[in-house]
Amino acid sequence: MEKLRLNLNSPRVAPYMFVLPFILIFGVFFLYPISNTILMSFQSVNFNDIRFVGLENYRALLDNSTLPIAIRNSVTYTVFTLLILIPFPVILAVMLNSPSMRGSGFFRAALFLPILCSVVVAGLTFRFLFNETDTALVNNMVISLFGGERVRWLGLRWPAMAVLVILATWRWAGMNIIYFLSGLNNIPVELYEASEVDGANALQKFRYITLPLLMPAIIYVLTISIYGGLAMFVESHMLWAGRASPRHIGLTLVGFIYQEGVSHGDFGFASAAGLVLLAVVLGINLFQLRLTGGLGKENS
Amino acid sequence: MVTGNAYIPKTIQRRFTGILLVIFFSILAAIFLAPLGSMVLTSFKDSGQIIRNGFNLEVDFKSLKLDNYEYIFTGDHHYFRWFANSIILTFVQTVLTLFVSAWVGYGFAFYAFKGKTALFICVLIVMMIPFEILMLPLYREIIALDLIDSYWGIMLPYLANPIAIFFFSQYLKGIPREIVDSGRIDGCSEYGIFIRLILPIMKPALAAMAIFVGMTSWNNFLWPLLVLKDPAKYTLPIGLSSLMQPYGNNYQLLIAGSVLSIVPIVILFVSAQKYFIAGMTAGSVKG
Repeated sequence: MEKLRLNLNSPRVAPYMFVLPFILIFGVFFLYPISNTILMSFQSVNFNDIRFVGLENYRALLDNSTLPIAIRNSVTYTVFTLLILIPFPVILAVMLNSPSMRGSGFFRAALFLPILCSVVVAGLTFRFLFNETDTALVNNMVISLFGGERVRWLGLRWPAMAVLVILATWRWAGMNIIYFLSGLNNIPVELYEASEVDGANALQKFRYITLPLLMPAIIYVLTISIYGGLAMFVESHMLWAGRASPRHIGLTLVGFIYQEGVSHGDFGFASAAGLVLLAVVLGINLFQLRLTGGLGKENS
Repeated sequence: MVTGNAYIPKTIQRRFTGILLVIFFSILAAIFLAPLGSMVLTSFKDSGQIIRNGFNLEVDFKSLKLDNYEYIFTGDHHYFRWFANSIILTFVQTVLTLFVSAWVGYGFAFYAFKGKTALFICVLIVMMIPFEILMLPLYREIIALDLIDSYWGIMLPYLANPIAIFFFSQYLKGIPREIVDSGRIDGCSEYGIFIRLILPIMKPALAAMAIFVGMTSWNNFLWPLLVLKDPAKYTLPIGLSSLMQPYGNNYQLLIAGSVLSIVPIVILFVSAQKYFIAGMTAGSVKG
């Protein structure tokens, strides 16, 4: 016993004792499930009846008629969230950071508040705000501003996509503003002072100082937004109250995996779909690493 | 933005820009607060009207009432069971995750050992893979391990939180090594040094991560949805979402319960905003 304790305490053993919890959890709850997915994607899994089926699941993916809809929805959603949730928060962060701004702490907190709510509460709120009836807030405003008919927001393809994107904007704008504000704080004030001496106007300062130096923060937000967008599921799950959306207008890639795996119990097929998503996410990550690596070279 | 007009002094220009900015952000803040405002308002209305009317900002002071909240406190349902479950799970998960992640982060920050780089790359890989991809195999694994309906099933996979490990190890790199050496001279064990000397000076980092982990846990939905089957074990988000039935008359509980579920987080946010921002942006810290 005495000997064991001495050993554990040696500076050569101790580091392994410190990282041991990570090694265990990484092995049991990451490596094992990932390899299991790869294995299952070549199997037909029906509770305890497991058979090797080769590439059958992947072939079924190609033949599936709802998967293209799910991919189309996920990609459309991701593109729209990128187009909105990067440029506008950058501009808003620059405005909040302006020396003329008053009460920026309060406004920052107000824009940040939505992210404190669970996606359940957010989804529920938007479900009722975009209710089909003409008394619900959004339809009420649309009718009084533009006249015409009430919109069946959650029943039609583009209105449903709009609700999903608006929900994402509401939830994440504040968070992205915070990311960009912390990026802005890293820009030396001297650069602006020097450019002022040179007679640069606000637009030139933004174009030639703020934007290039904000690039690391922008690339970070871009990355998390891309796979956050591609992995979106719970938002649509809540908007349609846990049921299938009409004609799959709210079905996303992860929604497809969930539906095939959890609801239909077809784990082999769902695993194959999951691996397609994994490949896309890893590809984007590698691309992003190359991009940031390239930028690093440029700067040095 | 007001552009340069040579005849107007700079201070006045600035003040004018400031006023425009405040007006602009006031409108924006009102738009951002309207959804939650409409939910709070609706929680004081007749719950029978909700499906028909949706959420709006119409106020008829005579018809506002506390019935929904009265039902939460007196009715026959699981709401406070869920609330208590969420509080216990969030507390235990936060404390355990912080301890384990700080323990691991210290190992990465203060020791040189074989395989360290490879292991740290593993931490980064876990950070990069969205949970949604792991969800199915993890779900099957939890079934196989008989951890369905168990809070351990929810907590275990995320005990060594990669973001927290990364954040702590970055934080600890800024701490002088003399502290550890002096601990060794005083006869502390390697583990005693961590617990007695390192943990106390990690307080700001622990506070930031406590908010990040605590908020993620409090609002966590997808994983508990898969693990929990017994309504008595539901956490708040799972319980609330189970009330969203098409023909149920649970809307009084759903809306007022949602409002109450935000209260703890908002209180925390108002009292510890600085740590909130630090914790939420922790993932973007560059190595």
